[in-house]
Amino acid sequence: MEAHPANLPAPSQHRAGIRLPGLGVGFGGGMVMLYLSLMVLLPLAAVASEAFSLGLGHFWEQVTSPLAKKSLELTVICSLIVVVVNGFFGTILAWLLVRDKFPGKSIINAVIDLPFALPTIVASLILLTLYGADSPLGIDLAFTRTAIVVALCFVTLPFVVRAVQPLLLEMDREMEAAAASLGAGNFTIFRRIIFPNLLPGLAAGVALAFARALGEFGSVLLFAGGNPDTTVSSVFIRNQVESGNEVGAAAVSVVLLAASLLLLASVSLIQRWAIRHDRGGTDFLPTVAPDAAGGPK
Amino acid sequence: MSANPASRWGLRFLGLGYLTMLLLIPLVMIFYKTFEEGIGPPLDAVTSPDGLHALKLSLLMVVIAVPLNTVFGIGCALLLVRHKSKLNPVIDAVINLPFAVSPVVIGLSLYLLYGTGGWFAFLGEEGIKILFSVPGMVLASIFVSLPFVVRETVPVLQEIGTDQEQAGQTLGANAWQTFRKITLPSIRWGVAYGVVLTTARVLGEFGAVTIVSGSINGETQTLPLFVEKQYANFNSTGAYGASLVLALLALITLFAMNLLKRKEDA
Repeated sequence: MEAHPANLPAPSQHRAGIRLPGLGVGFGGGMVMLYLSLMVLLPLAAVASEAFSLGLGHFWEQVTSPLAKKSLELTVICSLIVVVVNGFFGTILAWLLVRDKFPGKSIINAVIDLPFALPTIVASLILLTLYGADSPLGIDLAFTRTAIVVALCFVTLPFVVRAVQPLLLEMDREMEAAAASLGAGNFTIFRRIIFPNLLPGLAAGVALAFARALGEFGSVLLFAGGNPDTTVSSVFIRNQVESGNEVGAAAVSVVLLAASLLLLASVSLIQRWAIRHDRGGTDFLPTVAPDAAGGPK
Repeated sequence: MSANPASRWGLRFLGLGYLTMLLLIPLVMIFYKTFEEGIGPPLDAVTSPDGLHALKLSLLMVVIAVPLNTVFGIGCALLLVRHKSKLNPVIDAVINLPFAVSPVVIGLSLYLLYGTGGWFAFLGEEGIKILFSVPGMVLASIFVSLPFVVRETVPVLQEIGTDQEQAGQTLGANAWQTFRKITLPSIRWGVAYGVVLTTARVLGEFGAVTIVSGSINGETQTLPLFVEKQYANFNSTGAYGASLVLALLALITLFAMNLLKRKEDA
């Protein structure tokens, strides 16, 4: 049995006593809000405004038009499949990286982040080459729904691994030893002890992966294309922009936006729940949730 | 859980097999495909006027968007961690949006804001071209890469606490001196990590930039757009050549991430 530090020191939660930096807080806060409003909020508000510019009825018509509806259904179904696949393999990979020892482990650990670093269009091109018509492996998935799933699995792989890994590192192994000494088998230990402890990380990772999958564009574009059966919502939006139906594009965008907001909110709820759970009793919650929503880490 | 040998090998087979099929073989494929016909054709494509222009434009995006988001990121992180404010939960929520919003929606949002009939359409009437030119692409790059520096700096700031800063102030340092001599050196690796992620995201951004740029050859094409155009024009060698450049940049990013992670932990 390999020895692992069971507990890493938890980040200390200092509260600020002083004011930093030289700029007045009001001024600093104003600048931050101005930048966020100009760069993020105003553009997104423009989408919402466009979507409802011809009234609620027209918005609904656009969202429920056959092609829009089909693209939304396809996107949600593919994303759900992807999240299940990566939830499964991501947990295994996290377990291998924390509990197992094998040659090349540190390289594998670094490569996990590749989808965060590699441009999505490059991912699409390479997946098309590997699993397209000229596949050296003889597997042709190009322009099918399976291709969408594979592309989304590629881009969302790091989310679950990176969300589960730290929890596995911090987990108290004495509980497992205790369970084993009481006669619990491996599967029981996993189901009753490991899995419940990993659940917050797994849930947060899955929610972030789901959000990413819902909006993914580049990696799907070349590999799955945009034939009527493989048009995901992001490709549909692009097509609507190109054919001049801006209201239709904005309407479907609003649906995706709402989904993103819901998923982000659920991640922060999961996080708060996990923090409260760990620190049982302290009401010392930081105003800023620490990293987990922070994407690649 | 000490897995018995059989289940341990089973897990290795599943996990590493999945990783190999999904990540490792594709990574090797880029190199193989690019040099399938020798080093000449991909090199010609990347060093063609359009290819070089795309590379330059990608670098220009980095040079503008990364410093802006870094300064904003540090300031915003300080505000979130060191100052209690009613605005903090709002800022915290908005910061995360670019992670969760589709790049295409981000592109569309700028397209609608600055395009004909948009709230900022008057800029175009004044002769300041935003869409289908560099400013629009810069705005898209800033939007998609906005959260990284904030997200990487916030936990470091929380961790270092305020003891040293207070000591500095007690000894008479003003706020700016405290920031420059105490805070900044302690958060530098976290910030650097954020900068690396921001740069990678800006270099690789495709969806948002596609919508606002129009992807005009030799004018509004970054490297990822160049890859797509080359592929669409059946010049796959060119597409692979540019892809390889981007993949190498991605590998450098991974290397930098690992290096900085170690520095941060040390």
